[in-house]
Amino acid sequence: MESSGATKVTNVRARDRRKSIVFPGVLPAVGTMAGLLLLLAAAVVAATSLGYIRLPFPAVLQIMAARLFDQPAWIEQIDPVWTVVVTEVRLPRILTSVLVGGGLALAGVVFQGILLNPLADPYTLGVSAGAAFGASIALLLNIGMLGIYSVPLFAFVGAAGTLLLVVFLASGSGGLSSTNLVLSGIIVAAILSAGISFLKYVADEQVGVIIFWLMGSFASRTWADVAMVGAAVAGSLAVFMVYARDLNLMALGERSAASLGVDFQRVTLVLLVIASLVSAVCVAVAGIIGFVGLLVPHMMRMLTGPDNRRLLPVSMLAGAILLLGADTLTRAVLPQEIPIGVLTALVGGPFFCYVFRRRQLGKN
Amino acid sequence: MNNAVELFRMTDLSFRYPDRDVLRGLSLTLTGGRFYGLLGPNGCGKTTLLDLLMRLRRPEGGQILFRKRELTAYSRSDLARAMALVPQNFYINFPFTVQQVVMMGRYPNLPRFAPPGPDDHARVDAVLETADILALADKQVTTLSGGERQRVIIARALVQDTDVMLLDEATSNLDIRHALHLLNLFRDQVDRQRRTVIAVFQDINLAAMYCDYLLFMKDGRVAVQGETEGVLNPETLNDIYGVRAQVTYRKESQAPQVIYRR
Repeated sequence: MESSGATKVTNVRARDRRKSIVFPGVLPAVGTMAGLLLLLAAAVVAATSLGYIRLPFPAVLQIMAARLFDQPAWIEQIDPVWTVVVTEVRLPRILTSVLVGGGLALAGVVFQGILLNPLADPYTLGVSAGAAFGASIALLLNIGMLGIYSVPLFAFVGAAGTLLLVVFLASGSGGLSSTNLVLSGIIVAAILSAGISFLKYVADEQVGVIIFWLMGSFASRTWADVAMVGAAVAGSLAVFMVYARDLNLMALGERSAASLGVDFQRVTLVLLVIASLVSAVCVAVAGIIGFVGLLVPHMMRMLTGPDNRRLLPVSMLAGAILLLGADTLTRAVLPQEIPIGVLTALVGGPFFCYVFRRRQLGKN
Repeated sequence: MNNAVELFRMTDLSFRYPDRDVLRGLSLTLTGGRFYGLLGPNGCGKTTLLDLLMRLRRPEGGQILFRKRELTAYSRSDLARAMALVPQNFYINFPFTVQQVVMMGRYPNLPRFAPPGPDDHARVDAVLETADILALADKQVTTLSGGERQRVIIARALVQDTDVMLLDEATSNLDIRHALHLLNLFRDQVDRQRRTVIAVFQDINLAAMYCDYLLFMKDGRVAVQGETEGVLNPETLNDIYGVRAQVTYRKESQAPQVIYRR
């Protein structure tokens, strides 16, 4: 008995050794990322060609290349209307949906990592509700002093204010506990939802604008939107990657993470603020889009494992593809455009129930 | 001699939770190269003391010197390279594998963006084997039993390779075979590498078998301290726990052992 046990251990050990040499998990993640990147590029081209006017792929590629490298000569033979459709109408909307999908998925990964809860997302902390409340006020009062930045600014102020309130409610002598954060987030979100309902009640003529915006849409986005969301997503990805390893350690709990060198309070605060910022920008540009921040990290964790250094970039790409797919569906495939937030909730919600239920059954 | 190197010097420490005082004027000096056992009734502040030593909490009054410098003068990552903690309970919600969790113990020694090298992998493999969890290396920690999980977290602390190891009832969830095996491992670290272990125990007999030096806490202070054979006696047990017991030296355990009276 003694010797058979020893052999078994040696075999496992030899297998592990081989695995160790090639750095398990890193190569598959590079493959996954390259695959997702190709898929995203193909999806962008396909989505650009689809729509009210169906454009051929070569023309789409030609227009993109000409604009990218600033070579007007390349598209002399192409109908100028097509060029306008691609560069002024479709691409801004498509790229906004790509970036918002990526941003929401990133925020989802980070919120789940901090709250130690695989089912958390921007909603759990009340951040989305705060952003929506701020934006509703801007829409209600028809505030336009800052042009297209008015609604995003109010959304961010709402999101940041909500986050501060939630953190303040949750903090005690023992620091920030994730249970307290979730509880405070739910309470504050409930109050804000009532606040939004009240704003809709008093809104009169503006009520349609608020309701439509709350349901979410990418219609008539501009290059300014692309630039704003792009800056937010790129900046937050950079910050998240710096702290990705700390986020892994935080999965062990506060005491263990701190004993492994994580400045728990500071890292929590930095990540919460940046994740709220990127959520607020996404909500401001596209309205409330549910389930992307929840579903995408959840599914990607099954694919790449929970290491945040791989999970963050992979989730961002997957979120981008998912939301672009959903937006293209509602824009170019369905007979009538339905709000993107409604679509993601209708499709994502039941799918999530299925995933969640399967997980529960697998566990018990 | 190395044994005499001062590790911690605590002076007049106080700490309170909103509803009660935990530490009241605790003073204590710990030297390196010893296996300390921290004992005392529930709620006497043993875990709080460990938290203060790791700077997971700040004392309300008093001073802690670590290697003759203020504990607050060290950075978090300095401390992570100097001390490892094995908490009593450990749960994790994300499906990391055993190998990944144990590798996290190497993070403090690796620059932020550096992948682990062959040395780190070899060290992790070796510790997985000594902790008897090599066969579980690719399993997700979320699927393990409580005892298996505890061995994972002990392995994670061992690969951290620190001079000081703090155990917060680290073996209380383990079956006796694994408990003895892992305590032998920590004893080895003290004997061979002159490391220091500071361990909270509930089981006085286990503490007596492995510790050079016992610290009995009561009412927010260290009430009795000294070499194990000198302080483990019926009077101490009566003072600290209010129980009646006999203490006899057992050569099988190579230590004094306690027999309780009903």
